[in-house]
Amino acid sequence: MPADNDFTIRIANVNGTGSASANSLLMKTLFRMGIPVAGKNYFPSNIQGLPTWYEVRASHRGYLARSGSVDIAVAMNAETYQRDLRELTSGGYLLYDSTWPRREVLRREDVHILGVPLARMCNENFDNARARILMKNIAYVGVLAALLELDLDIIRELLRQTFARKKPLLEANQIAIGLGYDYAREHLHCPLPFTARSMDGPGSQIIIDGNTAAALGCVYAGATFGAWYPITPSTSLMDAFRSFCSRFRTAEDETRNYCVIQAEDELAAIGMVLGAGWNGARAFTPTSGPGISLMSEFLGYGYYAEIPAVLFDVQRVGPSTGMPTRTQQGDILSCAYASHGDTRHVLLFPSTPRECFEMAATAFDLAERLQTPVIVLSDLDLGMNDWMSEELTWDDEYRPDRGKVLRAEQLEDMEAFYRYLDVDGDGVPYRTLPGEHPTGAFFTRGSGHNMHGGYTENAGEYQEVLDRLRRKWDHAATIVPRPEIRTAPGAQAGMITLGTGHSACREALDTLAGRGVALDYMKINAFPFGAEVETFLKDHKRIYVVEQNRDAQLRTLLINEAGGRAEQLVEVLHYNGMPIPATSIVSAVEADMLRDRAA
Amino acid sequence: MSYIARPKVSHPALARNELGLTMRDYEGGMSTLCAGCGHDSITGALIQAVFELSIPPHRMGKLSGIGCSSKTPAYFAASSHGFNSVHGRMPSVSTGAAAVNGRLQYIGISGDGDSLSIGVGQFVHAMRRNLNMLYLIEDNGVYGLTKGQFSASADTGSTAKRGEVNEQQAIDPCLLAIASGCGFVARGFSGDRTQLVPLLKAGLSHRGFAMIDVISPCVTFNDHEGSTKSYRFTRENAYPIGHTDFIPPEVEIKAELGVGEAQQVQLHGGGSILLRKLDHEYDASDRSAALAYLSRRQGNGEVATGLLFVEEGGADMHELARLGETPLADLPYERLCPGSGALADLQDRLR
Repeated sequence: MPADNDFTIRIANVNGTGSASANSLLMKTLFRMGIPVAGKNYFPSNIQGLPTWYEVRASHRGYLARSGSVDIAVAMNAETYQRDLRELTSGGYLLYDSTWPRREVLRREDVHILGVPLARMCNENFDNARARILMKNIAYVGVLAALLELDLDIIRELLRQTFARKKPLLEANQIAIGLGYDYAREHLHCPLPFTARSMDGPGSQIIIDGNTAAALGCVYAGATFGAWYPITPSTSLMDAFRSFCSRFRTAEDETRNYCVIQAEDELAAIGMVLGAGWNGARAFTPTSGPGISLMSEFLGYGYYAEIPAVLFDVQRVGPSTGMPTRTQQGDILSCAYASHGDTRHVLLFPSTPRECFEMAATAFDLAERLQTPVIVLSDLDLGMNDWMSEELTWDDEYRPDRGKVLRAEQLEDMEAFYRYLDVDGDGVPYRTLPGEHPTGAFFTRGSGHNMHGGYTENAGEYQEVLDRLRRKWDHAATIVPRPEIRTAPGAQAGMITLGTGHSACREALDTLAGRGVALDYMKINAFPFGAEVETFLKDHKRIYVVEQNRDAQLRTLLINEAGGRAEQLVEVLHYNGMPIPATSIVSAVEADMLRDRAA
Repeated sequence: MSYIARPKVSHPALARNELGLTMRDYEGGMSTLCAGCGHDSITGALIQAVFELSIPPHRMGKLSGIGCSSKTPAYFAASSHGFNSVHGRMPSVSTGAAAVNGRLQYIGISGDGDSLSIGVGQFVHAMRRNLNMLYLIEDNGVYGLTKGQFSASADTGSTAKRGEVNEQQAIDPCLLAIASGCGFVARGFSGDRTQLVPLLKAGLSHRGFAMIDVISPCVTFNDHEGSTKSYRFTRENAYPIGHTDFIPPEVEIKAELGVGEAQQVQLHGGGSILLRKLDHEYDASDRSAALAYLSRRQGNGEVATGLLFVEEGGADMHELARLGETPLADLPYERLCPGSGALADLQDRLR
């Protein structure tokens, strides 16, 4: 049931009609009123003309996952009226453009239908055709302001800031807000039984998407080179990196302290990143599942030849092209073992924009420390949606961990250098950079090599290197980010998730606790898993593994790599392309417990 | 790839270059290619070229893909960093490497399979970006390591060792390069070192992408009657369009001009080229004329060699990317991180 500061609004629209600014205005208004808020965009893989939805959830408890229910539907797309009506919660409100009355179409007894002649009002008040379309969107924000008692001063201030340099647009927007607001006050029952009330929820938090935060992380970590091939939903990461760099990395003489190359395909993008990493720069590529498939050959090369590289896989729905604008966590296994032969890759799993920012920097440090590709697995929900996030902070004392790189001064004193010797016993050899010193020269190859870096077809020499790589992997498990574990007194079982499963799990744990079910919780932050993950698995007889794919990929990885037992790990899966809501976790856990009791 | 170290024998009488190094200092591991392989002659010519240009060995980056040709980087300049990448992907690795450190001399060595089949996309795009490197295709028309399949450069009507006739069209890397905007396109023959060494030196001194297709017969799988990439066929049908002399910067002024139809081209990387045309029809600075001329020669069954096209002064990848003097890889972190203050300011607008 909706309540004050606890409701979900879903706006149905046609893509390409400029609803984004109206939707962000609505979200920002709630945010500035101090109400925790989450915005999610469900958009088509299309430029113009197809249905698109934007969902705003207000939650005074700070829950940011998809709620899974709709209390107010703003139906701006006649094509989806039936669906929007069907998916509305009983007792909910459907707001539509009554310029064309649709009483006969919009028939459902248990909901309230609110008609506002948005098109007519805008046609009467604006001359220009484009404005008539755009301002309908702003007008519905005015209607919602009246229905939910949104703070009009905040709305007007936000418009002033947005259109500071576009006076005519500002004026039109202000008029449109008034049109919707006044009409609603006059013709509808205002306010609704639930409203938005100012509180102090977000504190110092910000609104940011994961891709922007990750791009900032790359800037702050000192990445100088990025190569990419455009692919939804990772494109905005490189867009943001370029834009931050043009601001922060352009010298006075207009030269650039960064280089971004739009590659001909993902095969080339990762090749460029490895070339740059080999040559000593911090280099990265953002991509999505199809890109990872294409990059796999080079990922194996990076693993075997030991070259630092950072990849961001902003996961979307697979298999194959799948649904490019929907979310999933379907690349866990393909990333963990990308490429032929015995390969394995370090993975990081951010669950919030702040973690996208921090883990970007961690990824570069790990990639150089371990001399290997590191993949940050984000997803569309995290990467492209607006999240309320803890403020990003930076320690100015931070210096990049370049790992074991021998510089000219050190090489000068050496008689010989061999690339793949395990000098320190941690499996991580020393490397040198091209051009540094004649003694440092070595031959980088993906073909069989011995610990001296020489070509080999000798069984023993080959295996020696492969075994050292395994030792390096074991060492990696001790330095990657540790899991976040929360224990609950009297816990009957455990719950594990990663990435965007986190916000839904947090909410589900609260709901379950309210119903007397206490669970210990672990959010996994990295692969290889490390000792704490193994201990958590040992300590719990029954564990719910929550993830967003069909094949329980995290669960498989826990069984393969952390001693998890099939009978202890219960699959909780959600993979239809929509972000996982807490309700689906709660019902899966309760159903399992019922089954367990019956058995 | 070589795992046999070459014995280091140095004679006091060996010539030394400006760095005081001898040819020996530019050698690499012992070749494991077949005796008589054209690739080894190219390696020899390359060693001579980089020696004569006095390039410090450790300031070169040698990159390659996969195949017999791509083994070459192991056979020269033992004190250079080498990168034997994956099949057909050397251009992308070179692109990333060059982008973050433009101060090294990049030499890419590829083959007709590596560049014209699996890697044709990357090959073309590296030229489009005008990456600053010397790019060699050791072109033998055949897949050697997998024992004798036709490559994409095998001419229509030429036969494989076992008699099979190639009925598909050949891709000519020179035509492809000229059409793709490459600013330096040449063809050499592994059996003609006199012609090849100046071409290599000119290519190394060209700023931007220098592509040299070197016909390099495969003695094991493609040196028979019916092959159009054999020693015999190439000797009989090579059609040098002119002599190319590389003139180092220090002797430039003294270069004699006026021998026949000589044309001097200043190279941005230092030095110049003196082109003496044998065919008066030919103009190596006219892209469309070069394409037409080469197609015509090809139609006659002739293999035009020499410097086929040159255009100096085009912006290379570094210029296009507006990169500064200091390589990106050498920029101190302090110049890269905007700091906590900027981060706080930035977030004011996210509330």
